[in-house]
Amino acid sequence: MNDAADLAARLRARDLSAAPAVLNLVENRSPAHREAIAELLRGVSPAALGGEAPGHVVGVTGPPGAGKSTLLSALVAQWRALDRSVAVLAVDPSSKRSGGALLGDRARIVCDPDDRAVFIRSTAAGTRLGGLASSTRAAAAALSAAFDVVVIETVGVGQSETEVAEVADTVAVIVQPGSGDALQFLKSGIMEVPDVLVVTKADLGQIAIRARRDLSAALRSLGARDVAVVAVSSIAPVAGVDQLVDALDAHRAGLDLCARRVEARRAGALADFVAERGDHGLRAVGGRRTALHRLSQEDPGADVPTLLSVLEREATP
Amino acid sequence: MMRTYAGHSTAEKSNALYRGNLAKGQTGLSVAFDLPTQTGYDPDHVLARGEVGKVGVPVSHLGDMRTLMDGIPLDEMNTSMTINATAAWLLALYVVAAETNPTHPVPAAMLQGTTQNDIVKEFLARGTYAFPPGPSMRLIADMIAYTVTEVPKWNPINICSYHLQEAGATPVQEIAYAMANAIAVLDAVRDRVGQELMGPVFGRISFFVNAGVRFVEEHAKLRAMSILWEELGRERYGVTDEKQLRFRYGVQVNSLGLTEQQPENNVQRIVLEALAVTLGRNARARAVQLPAWNEALGLPRPWDQQWSLRIQQVLAFETDLLEYPDIFEGSVVMEGLVGELLEGSRAELAVVAEHGGAVEAVSYMKAALVDSHRERIGRIERGEQIVVGINKYAETEPSPLAQGEDGGIMTVDPGVEAEAIAALEEWRAKRDGDAVRSALAELARVASTTDENIMGATIAAARAGVTTGEWAQTLRDAFGEYRAPTGVGESVSVAAVSVELDVVRDEVERVSEAIGRTLKILVGKPGLDGHSNGAEQIAVRARDAGMDVVYDGIRLTPAQIAKSALDEGVHVIGLSILSGSHRSLIPAVIQTLRENGVDVPVIVGGIIPDADVAPLKEAGVAAVYTPKDFDLTRIMADIVALVAERNGVAVQA
Repeated sequence: MNDAADLAARLRARDLSAAPAVLNLVENRSPAHREAIAELLRGVSPAALGGEAPGHVVGVTGPPGAGKSTLLSALVAQWRALDRSVAVLAVDPSSKRSGGALLGDRARIVCDPDDRAVFIRSTAAGTRLGGLASSTRAAAAALSAAFDVVVIETVGVGQSETEVAEVADTVAVIVQPGSGDALQFLKSGIMEVPDVLVVTKADLGQIAIRARRDLSAALRSLGARDVAVVAVSSIAPVAGVDQLVDALDAHRAGLDLCARRVEARRAGALADFVAERGDHGLRAVGGRRTALHRLSQEDPGADVPTLLSVLEREATP
Repeated sequence: MMRTYAGHSTAEKSNALYRGNLAKGQTGLSVAFDLPTQTGYDPDHVLARGEVGKVGVPVSHLGDMRTLMDGIPLDEMNTSMTINATAAWLLALYVVAAETNPTHPVPAAMLQGTTQNDIVKEFLARGTYAFPPGPSMRLIADMIAYTVTEVPKWNPINICSYHLQEAGATPVQEIAYAMANAIAVLDAVRDRVGQELMGPVFGRISFFVNAGVRFVEEHAKLRAMSILWEELGRERYGVTDEKQLRFRYGVQVNSLGLTEQQPENNVQRIVLEALAVTLGRNARARAVQLPAWNEALGLPRPWDQQWSLRIQQVLAFETDLLEYPDIFEGSVVMEGLVGELLEGSRAELAVVAEHGGAVEAVSYMKAALVDSHRERIGRIERGEQIVVGINKYAETEPSPLAQGEDGGIMTVDPGVEAEAIAALEEWRAKRDGDAVRSALAELARVASTTDENIMGATIAAARAGVTTGEWAQTLRDAFGEYRAPTGVGESVSVAAVSVELDVVRDEVERVSEAIGRTLKILVGKPGLDGHSNGAEQIAVRARDAGMDVVYDGIRLTPAQIAKSALDEGVHVIGLSILSGSHRSLIPAVIQTLRENGVDVPVIVGGIIPDADVAPLKEAGVAAVYTPKDFDLTRIMADIVALVAERNGVAVQA
């Protein structure tokens, strides 16, 4: 068995120690690795697994300084207390000037170094504007076969938030009280309606309570009555994290998982296609909507590399 | 007052050192604690490994404090303790040791001295914090409220601008951040004691400043600080007593500017820096401690410290420095300089205030310091700022000073750690377990309240035989663990780069394409040493060279480094240690890495004596860098070459 097939087999057997090698593979950009990555993804596709991957893919996003890392530390601890394994894929922006990236917040997700059921990988967003690296989608698809929870953490709202929504089962947007931005973004439609809204720094008391009330009102006025708004305090005494886990679980339980994952794979294939061929390629397949329509005729269980090859064939006259 | 910063190995050895220094004419004590004591860990904690007795003396309980002060008359002594996160605890041990001395008991009210007790600068520069900012400020306020009535001759806090300059602060930043810090402390104390005690409180706040080799500007800085301080006292805290309004400060002159190359030049640097804090009477230091000439090489020996003491004695007793009133009064140049600094500092103070004060502005200030430090290094690299022996006049005869058998530095016996652990176990076995448990339970209860002063329960715990690690862990449980912002994430990316850096960027890209992923480096500091400036600069430069940088910060265990390296899939690991514990810590890290199947090259930076390089390389270290390797871009070029070689990427034709 070759490396990629072996990794897929380990993931199917829920061997968590495969995670570092899986990431090293999916992050490899050299053309020689393309087939290996495709083989890995085939090995964890619904066809290979006999259904959608069991892990819960959670997107966590919010502006810098909202307390995402601290919250993630508390969330990871809570999931571990419930005996769930957790993989965190933290996406950091790269410097456009040097191409380098400081994956600075890594230091702030605190976990037990001997606990092999927690995996944390930080990745530079790379040259793609604000969006998710293609490797992050592949990693989420692969790791959700083995881990109970796969978190995709991104900075900022806007493009990255939209892309997280495409790939995650559940999206939690983190805002801190006192910042009116989230409210404005929500009302104006700049920010998509998240599945769960989290107000951090609940220890600030009145300010946090008011922020939570304002956000709930805004969501109601948008007709999004089902969106849970949870207030948490990630610093001692920690509070609200168990309610947040409940809210995330409740969203997942009410979700048509198959439909969401199928959409995620189609959107992922299209994103990869655009990353490779650019707008020119997109026009060759008749635009975004036509491309998605074309993909919807494929088998719902088809993996991303297969869908990508469909688009590539379409684009070739 | 003259003293030297001292303490190492054990309480017993440090006690002998203190008595020796007092006999040589030193007029006070300056106690250096080891890093486990400073951060609240007992010698048997995993993080204490390699650090026990290294940069100072370990004090784990009342017995250690009694040994440390044995035979020293505490009613006559002025004792300065460099202790911050655990200051409340060490003060409690000192008070109880004095009061219960069997032959010469001294009441708390007669004790004189200083606890550094400045936590903001620990978050910004020095890294030996233990608790989150809020509870840390509460401990400081509690301690000040306690000492102002119970130990009235004690200086409960020494606001440190010293470490800010070491972290790269410009004079304006040094002044502004120190004042902002003082405001945060005084505001917190005002909530505890009420306005009527603010005069005495204000009068007991002292500063610990730095003086660099640009000694004219540095003197102006001190004059500016005294003006701002008086203003602050009058306007913000309503203090009117002239004596209470006086800007009181001690000084340790600059270590950052001391060089490993031609280390004898450090002596004249130290002399000039001493002038900065003594020249003008209106802004003269009350206590001066001078570093030793060989600080950039390793731990100073007693002879090195004697030399520093003699510098002060020559200055004080041979020169005419102390015979005149203020020699700058009426100087147009000095007044102009002071005016400029005042203007800049007020503007920067306003920025910090906009962030909500010093505690809220820690991230902002940290990022500003990282940037200033990077600019300083850039000026030296480009030759715009001359450092003799480094970027100019680098040719030299071999220095006879560093030729001795010991390589010109002191080494701590590695057996000290095992001894300390054995002694600690004996202490725990002999004490009254029930008394300890109930003292800790009471401490936990008080910690969970917001209005009770922590000092009462802390002193009771000291009496009951509680250890440093137990006291701190109880508070960690109550307050939560904390990691300070690193500042590197916010650091500005440079647009203008040197030709050399551009070459390295090209090479990073070439090697990254060849190995399929962007070259990824992990940078971190194992052990308890919190001096992160070097590691931060390496991280920022690696980012600027186009690498993906996982900056894990300070206080890492070997297991944490291994997990991060494995999970993150890095190609190379850079570790930094300045505390002298590299000989035990680095091999431990490498062993843990290999056990976890991580086989990437490890490079080490820090204060590493020449004699230690070979053993480190035997342990598997690929390269060692010391302060003399000031050209960071060259280090980056080495790193890329190393990664290329390990991954079989051919050298470019």
